[in-house]
Amino acid sequence: MSDDFRGTPLDAEDFEKGKVLFTRDEPKAEYAWDTGVAIGRYLQELKNGRLIARNCVKCRRVMIPPRMHCEWCWRPTDDWVYVQDRGLVNTFSLCYITWDMQRLKTPEIPAVIEIEGASPGHGIMHKLGGVDPKKVKVGMKVKAVWKPAEERVGSILDILHWAPT
Amino acid sequence: MRKVAVIGAGLTKFVRRAKETAKELCWAASKAALDSAGLTLKDIDCVVHGTAPDAFDGVHMKAEYLSDGSGAWKKPYFRNYVGGGTGVYAPIHGWYHVASGMFDTCLVVCEEKMSSCQPHPQGAFLTIFDHTTERPLGPNLLWIFALEMNRYMAKHGLTLEEIAQVSVKNKRNAKDHPSAQLGADLTVDDVLKSEVLAWPVHRLMVSPTSDGAGAVILASEQVAKRLTDKPVWIEGVGWCLDSAYWTNRDLYYPKYVEYAARMAYQMAGIKDPRREIHVAEPYDPFAYKELHHLEGLLLADKGQAPKLMSEGFFDRENGQIPSCPSGGLLGVGNPIAAAGLMKICELFWQLRGEAGKRQVKNNPRKGVAQAWGDLMQVGTVVVMGR
Ligand SMILES: [Zn+2]
Repeated sequence: MSDDFRGTPLDAEDFEKGKVLFTRDEPKAEYAWDTGVAIGRYLQELKNGRLIARNCVKCRRVMIPPRMHCEWCWRPTDDWVYVQDRGLVNTFSLCYITWDMQRLKTPEIPAVIEIEGASPGHGIMHKLGGVDPKKVKVGMKVKAVWKPAEERVGSILDILHWAPT
Repeated sequence: MRKVAVIGAGLTKFVRRAKETAKELCWAASKAALDSAGLTLKDIDCVVHGTAPDAFDGVHMKAEYLSDGSGAWKKPYFRNYVGGGTGVYAPIHGWYHVASGMFDTCLVVCEEKMSSCQPHPQGAFLTIFDHTTERPLGPNLLWIFALEMNRYMAKHGLTLEEIAQVSVKNKRNAKDHPSAQLGADLTVDDVLKSEVLAWPVHRLMVSPTSDGAGAVILASEQVAKRLTDKPVWIEGVGWCLDSAYWTNRDLYYPKYVEYAARMAYQMAGIKDPRREIHVAEPYDPFAYKELHHLEGLLLADKGQAPKLMSEGFFDRENGQIPSCPSGGLLGVGNPIAAAGLMKICELFWQLRGEAGKRQVKNNPRKGVAQAWGDLMQVGTVVVMGR
């Protein structure tokens, strides 16, 4: 193999001090997404302060987020099942940066929360709150902290965060 | 199906920000690969291009835009993309173009120019999450890696020291790679003292964002034997996709990587990969991922890769199965699609005994390369041999 590889590194400074020419643009893209059937009901129930899942009788699986087709057996799912607004922390992180690498003093605590009443290992992504970040553990029991009913709009953000029970 | 060989390989340097455009990088890698095979573009029947999100470049349908840099002018052309898995997926597509009998030669080019995306290329990943159930929470890409790493560690009771040793090994290996962006001599302590970005992920456990390109030339058996005494055969290919409902499956183990590996091993006639694979290039965008993937590739039992690594099993010098002798994404750099193809290039050079200072010492006859991507859901695997 040749050691004479092409490619010319530039420094951030080359741009900041205008040592090199470049072009800038900000493409704009806007979307309005339909909820679909399953997530539409999911959001409606979030507004009511409840979590709802779909059941597949063939796979004996209660899945959340709900969907109208089970990806395992690829049949229509069979019925709606209310599940608890409690669960277990399956995994979590203490995140100290934003997507564009800005630093956060207080970490965000994203987690996968296994939902009580759904099949084992079936959870949703959300955030933990009302807890000392140092005390968060995998396997910890948590409960949803809801927005007041009059402020709920039918969004995953109707749950403010999940807190230890 | 016909036998297919790799007969040439080329890379650019991997850098944080290249002066060259994406097209110019594609040209440089393609030309280097053609030169190494002693061919010109006239000898190429078709072109396969791997490149990740259009959002990096801000050019919709960027593969069409890049095609003339990749030598595809008025040739059959195919673009493919499975996120980080792309760099090992592209040679699989090239393989069946030739294995099918449709074409005798194929130029496979993988490119990424991430630096154009402002203020940080991470922005291109924000839209991989579900727009209704996840994006309102404001997730960034580090979240899912941190969540997966923590699950892997919690399930097996692993320590941060065991994860950090991957960064130390790969950045050290990368010092001998002419493309490398981040080769370094570090200690486990250095890694653990680096900034915590998203616990348990530390800064030195993360691969950089990069600009770069790679290319390989594939040829049918008849053509390969005419052109080289040292063909490296693509003996097995596998790929597998899991569900996008990533919160409904246990992240501690990449089952889809195992399925892809089993598919490739079966095709290659490999029954006991730990004895029959002599060099491995598993995908290592984050330190824990190499361990995770060594397990998915069945080169270690579940939860045992960290222990084997600390015993030197995966070392380049005296290990039984040297892993990431190139220096991997952690050391060489991570221009997404090009980083995966860099692993295919590495196997090509290692199996031909042309890896220079990086040459593994166990006289390798078979190697495996693997990449991974999408929403923690795709495994792509290629087995190569001589
Ligand atoms: Zn089912």
